Amino acid sequence: MASTYEPIATTTVAIAATSITFSSIPSTYTDLRLVIVFKAVLAGSNPGYQFNSDTGSSYSYTAINGSGTAAASQSSNTNNQCYLISNSTASTAQSQIFTTDIFSYTGSNYKTLLTTFSGDLNGSGNVSGVVNLWRSTAAINSVKFLFDSGTMAIGTSATLYGIKAA
Amino acid sequence: MATTYTIISSNVLSSSAASVTFSAIPSTYTDLVLRCSVRDSGSSGSSQQQVRVRINGSSSANYSRRNLTGVGSTAASANGTSNTSIAGFYAPDAGATSNTFNSFEVYIPNYATVQQRQVSVFNAFENNSSTVNEINVTAALYTDTTAITSLYIDTVSGLVSGSSFYLYGIKNS
Repeated sequence: MASTYEPIATTTVAIAATSITFSSIPSTYTDLRLVIVFKAVLAGSNPGYQFNSDTGSSYSYTAINGSGTAAASQSSNTNNQCYLISNSTASTAQSQIFTTDIFSYTGSNYKTLLTTFSGDLNGSGNVSGVVNLWRSTAAINSVKFLFDSGTMAIGTSATLYGIKAA
Repeated sequence: MATTYTIISSNVLSSSAASVTFSAIPSTYTDLVLRCSVRDSGSSGSSQQQVRVRINGSSSANYSRRNLTGVGSTAASANGTSNTSIAGFYAPDAGATSNTFNSFEVYIPNYATVQQRQVSVFNAFENNSSTVNEINVTAALYTDTTAITSLYIDTVSGLVSGSSFYLYGIKNS
């Protein structure tokens, strides 16, 4: 049986950083999966992804968010990154989780991502489901996880997995 | 290339049980994934019962949560602090359509390290009715810092035969 779920690369932040980049992603998988456990140094940081160094207005999202007392949906387009938190910013208090699936990342269609965000802060926080679109027909060969302001704390980790359909 | 997504243990109930525990979880992985499908044996009146997951067998008030749930045409969010388990998601019980079970996944990163843990849960069940169904995403925080060596799963009235439990380890290298 072929191995179908393989680690491509992992990074743990040793000094406060504004981004983590996985480059030279092989094209030999069907889908990609990112697991990110992160904390911010300063509040006010909006995490997101950029692909293939594209900083243009190529990204959009729709998110459903639970604050603990209300559920809400929102969307935004022509963004310069795939925003991942719909109603919150990165916490300085607790580690939070993104799990992101990137489907058919080498295909010639626009790329769809599906992310679950877990950010309970013991009395506050949010939980979200987010769908992102990157309007590019290029195969994804690099992924940058970034904060649009502030820095991610030491210990923030990101792992990129490749998933093969066969 | 290392095998990354490995089954640690599984349990498919051949008779009803009060709970299931995975113990002596090895510390050799990076993350844990628990995938289960369960049905509660009781009759609650609402045709569903809460699923509870406990870390290291702890029923102390060390859990908090944010839930985002869709039931029928309504979306809602709830929260809890000082809870005694990861909670806020449900399984069908004896009042629900026969042979229906929920399906849920619990993702626990960095389970072998000494720190408070953010846990992600995705749960769903469909019952061919307008009310007894659920799609749920839960963020849970376990504030005890002990490394995780066991996981306990139950429902309020007990687990029926056919409930299934699979624990996987994920290595990031």
